[in-house]
Amino acid sequence: MENGEGVVKKFCYINRKAPYGTIYALESLEVVLIAAAFDQDISLVFADDGVYQLTKGQDTDGIGMKNFSKTYTALGDYDIKKVYVEKESLEERGLSAEDLQALKYEDEDDDWAEKDSLFVVGREDLVKIIDEQDVVLSF
Amino acid sequence: MATLHTVNKSPFERNALESCLRLAKAGSAVLLFEDGVIGAMRNTRFSDKVTQAMNDFSIYVLGPDIQARGLDNDKVIDGIQVVDYNGFVDLTTEHDTVQSWL
Repeated sequence: MENGEGVVKKFCYINRKAPYGTIYALESLEVVLIAAAFDQDISLVFADDGVYQLTKGQDTDGIGMKNFSKTYTALGDYDIKKVYVEKESLEERGLSAEDLQALKYEDEDDDWAEKDSLFVVGREDLVKIIDEQDVVLSF
Repeated sequence: MATLHTVNKSPFERNALESCLRLAKAGSAVLLFEDGVIGAMRNTRFSDKVTQAMNDFSIYVLGPDIQARGLDNDKVIDGIQVVDYNGFVDLTTEHDTVQSWL
């Protein structure tokens, strides 16, 4: 700790479970928001069934559970602007980027222009992204 | 004796659906719910296997769990019947036993 500034590490949260069937998706989101409050360098990865967490049009009225999918669209306001979705996971589920919510952030260095924070990436790129991290947390 | 088999896990996550389809007696009913609804969707890695299984089983899927996951009833494999909670109850009463594949 120098000049009152904390250490910034690269944190990566890997989400591999569908929402609502287990508590992992919601718990991950809570932990991500906590880390964001500590101004860390955060990346989110959605792979395997985790890609279902980001689908648009989730409607939980019928199952009597809280719909937390809107929270993902607020991640940009917490300065989380690196959300990676594995392309191969989408493909083997018959999904595409069009089935997912749009995630945006406002770039303070570019007159608050709205920019995409969701990136569909191939397996090879994802390997590199994960390898660059200081801390990887699995959900 | 007619049995209703229930599967509540994604086929990508566990092999419960595959075990169910392998070990259930032909003529049984299979209901997919919770994360199990993923197994009812078209164009997944498991769609062909599930489509084939419809030769032996009547397959049902719980609609509210489809909607919760942002999926679409229109993308359910042809021949799988979408039911609501009342339909779930009907299935349990119409069958002699219910076997859950965890």
